[in-house]
Amino acid sequence: MIPLTWSLAVSAGLFTIGLVGVLVRRNALVIFMSIELMLNAANLVFVAFGQHMNDIEGQVVVFFVMAVAAAEVAVGLAIIVNLFRLRETVFVDEVNLLKG
Amino acid sequence: MIVESLFAAFAAVALCSGLMVILHRNAVTSALFLVLAFCALAGIYLLMGAEFVGMVQIIVYAGAIMVLFLFVIMYLNLKHDVETGVQVAVRRGLGWILGAVLLTEGALLLRRGWFPGPVAAPAVPPPAGNTEAIGEVLFTRYLFPFEVIAMVLLVAMVGVIVVGKGLRPGAGEEER
Amino acid sequence: MESTTLWIIPALPLAAVALNLMIGDRLGRRGTGWLACGAVGLAFLFALRAVFALAAMPADDRQIVDTVYTWMRVGDFSIDVSFMLDPLSSVMALVVTGVGFLIHVYSVGYMVHDGSFRRFFLYLNLFMFAMLTLVLADNFLLMFVGWEGVGLCSYLLIGFWYERPSAAEAGKKAFVVNRIGDFGFLLGMLFLFSYGGSLNYERLFAAAPAVFALGGVVITTATLLLFLGATGKSAQIPLYTWLPDAMEGPTPVSALIHAATMVTAGVYVVARCHVLFELAPLSLQTVAVIGAATALFAATIGIAQNDIKRVLAYSTVSQLGYMFMALGVGAFTAGIFHLMTHAFFKALLFLGAGSVIHALSDEQDLRKMGGLAKALPWTHGTMLVATIAIAGIPPLAGFFSKDEILHGAFASGNYGIWAAGLIGAGITAFYMFRLYVLAFRGPSRISEHAAHHLHESPRSMIAPLAVLAVLSIVGGWVGPPAVFGVGNAFHDWLAPVFQPVAAHGVADAAHGAADAMAQGAAAGHAAHAVPPATEWLLILASVGVAALGIFLAFRLYLTSPSIATSLRERWAWLHRTLLHKYWIDELYDVVVVRPIHALSQGLWKVFDVKVVDGTVNGVAFTFEGLSAVLRLFQTGFVGTYAFFLALGVAALLLHFLRS
Repeated sequence: MIPLTWSLAVSAGLFTIGLVGVLVRRNALVIFMSIELMLNAANLVFVAFGQHMNDIEGQVVVFFVMAVAAAEVAVGLAIIVNLFRLRETVFVDEVNLLKG
Repeated sequence: MIVESLFAAFAAVALCSGLMVILHRNAVTSALFLVLAFCALAGIYLLMGAEFVGMVQIIVYAGAIMVLFLFVIMYLNLKHDVETGVQVAVRRGLGWILGAVLLTEGALLLRRGWFPGPVAAPAVPPPAGNTEAIGEVLFTRYLFPFEVIAMVLLVAMVGVIVVGKGLRPGAGEEER
Repeated sequence: MESTTLWIIPALPLAAVALNLMIGDRLGRRGTGWLACGAVGLAFLFALRAVFALAAMPADDRQIVDTVYTWMRVGDFSIDVSFMLDPLSSVMALVVTGVGFLIHVYSVGYMVHDGSFRRFFLYLNLFMFAMLTLVLADNFLLMFVGWEGVGLCSYLLIGFWYERPSAAEAGKKAFVVNRIGDFGFLLGMLFLFSYGGSLNYERLFAAAPAVFALGGVVITTATLLLFLGATGKSAQIPLYTWLPDAMEGPTPVSALIHAATMVTAGVYVVARCHVLFELAPLSLQTVAVIGAATALFAATIGIAQNDIKRVLAYSTVSQLGYMFMALGVGAFTAGIFHLMTHAFFKALLFLGAGSVIHALSDEQDLRKMGGLAKALPWTHGTMLVATIAIAGIPPLAGFFSKDEILHGAFASGNYGIWAAGLIGAGITAFYMFRLYVLAFRGPSRISEHAAHHLHESPRSMIAPLAVLAVLSIVGGWVGPPAVFGVGNAFHDWLAPVFQPVAAHGVADAAHGAADAMAQGAAAGHAAHAVPPATEWLLILASVGVAALGIFLAFRLYLTSPSIATSLRERWAWLHRTLLHKYWIDELYDVVVVRPIHALSQGLWKVFDVKVVDGTVNGVAFTFEGLSAVLRLFQTGFVGTYAFFLALGVAALLLHFLRS
């Protein structure tokens, strides 16, 4: 039996890494990948708790999360491709038309 | 014993490859490291007894999503990520600091032990297999969300086709 | 006695105002004229009916009260909109509506060529409403509403021809000077309320002897402040300067507002508050002195004026001084009597002057008139009647009222005031007949242009003149002196109102306890104090002085004009002083107007521009600066936003860690 604390620690670590990736990287695709990392960390938490509380519904939620993540990735990549077509770049700090 | 050490190994692989995802210059390498991270996570899921989730993780995430990523990365044919400028450096520095802060907070929270204790085994023994168990719940209590998620995927497909077409009216496939 | 119909009297002119506003355009001149005159005429009839009802009541309890509704009730303080008719307000109401009606009729003819005909009657009716509210109110607050209302209408009507700068200035001057008086009046009211506990006449006057010490500081201050308001409204020293300038308005306005009604408001108020004034002998003395001084002062100015309306204006100021003189020596009935007779002949004088001006194509300078008696027979005849009346020649109205005032002054022991009044009467006769001679007799000095268009006024203007002339003749016959032996009906009508305070409510006028109260203020029963022989002597003196004045006027301006010219040259400095009204306006300008103006300028440039505007602009500036700083957060770069999101998460976790 894996102690809950360990799973949560791993999850926290993965989540933080993903967050830092979002904040630090310029490449939109890498940012997207970091987001996926964060989603996975959340999935891990669900499964861990499901295990801990002997409830199968944790894994059911993971099922849904994955489906949504897949849809989101598809749409997001389409948008990035479109952006590249317009601006010839995927570096997010070069796309600053909303500058106030 | 063996479960714990396997878990530790998988966790280490996951964390390290996650780190490499965000550190590496080349986007393709980042993507490949992410695949590795997903596989390690799948291993963790298997260790926890969530076989269905683990397999789906490999099939969907590593097999479909990351393949999609790699398609797009290679399609865009990007140069290496060049990090220049003071503003960029400031932003990056702040990002790392914030990450460290969040990590510390997370660690402190964990030490508090903010979660319920283990629960007794359920009265009705669950079906033997993990997949059957998930199926049983999914098609009874979560039937409606299940159908809705199908709609979500359909909508996403439609959206991708529309967005992917581009702005030019009546334009056909994008010339490469 | 309670009534539910008194409110109709002030409401009728108000209804006419409303109708005029709404459909006046469609009515045309005839319709508007009928509406306005009709409303006032009806009000007169209603007032007459109410007075008859009043007369049917027992003498010592003549009072009709009509409470319309409770205006406000705050804690202990409660004020109603309610009207009261007693002998005093009945006299005022009849004079206001009666003379007002005649003037309305006259105005229809006078203003027929004016482009703003409708607006004129709008203001005129509004004035009637305000004046009637003032006169019929049964508490200070409602009366003050009317008080302010007449002030407003006076401003509107003086500046009626507002495109003329002098008219606009005169209107402003009237309003501002009145305001000073109103301020004093308001303060007086506040004093009375805070010490007396009520603003309702009956309650306040009943409580007054108990609350205020005889001759005490509080009551003296309060009454002096009330009197300040009266000097403003009734053009006494020191706030009279607006009245001569008010002649810029149309002549019917001068007749109505500045002769017969509005300016008498101050007299009415002092008479109404006689209880309070009797408790403050110093105030009463002040009233008498200022009245006498004004009477004499204004009369001297009147001698030298060349504008026909200015002469009449100063005459009004002077006659008002007589009224206050009467009130000040305790002859309250005499003061009100003179108010009534003065309304008759002064209105007649103004309307007649208007007729003359109208006939001479707007010429107002006496030096350019003369010999109009033949050309304007009706105007001449009625003006002559009025001039004889104001000079105080029996048996016309002016004699009776003026004589009663002088009698009252003599009987109360104020010989100085009596002497001033006597001399003033002589001067009055002199300058009034000077006006008469210069305008109607002697060689004609009319300009070519005026002579061309010389014509008598239409019937609508002559008829009121005739009615007023009759009133000027018979109006005094209701109040003959005691020595005539026929009883004084006017005095008897008003006497219950002016009972000394302690005798209020007691049927027979017991002088015993009342005497202590009435020490410095004779209760108007002056007849007791003077033996008949002396009274005949007094009558002879006043008539003689008047005759002397008339004789001098004829001598100087008709038979031997060279005397007048040589006098003018020898005493040129005196003449110039009188002509320039003792330079009082200039004095006020330097002492009051300029410093205030400088203060305003200073306040504007320093306080308003620098402090107020500075603060407002400063606030805007600060916010501009703040927003310039905040704008930096809008980098347009989504990563920054994500960073702040994460920052928020960190902060939230911190919160959880702490708790």
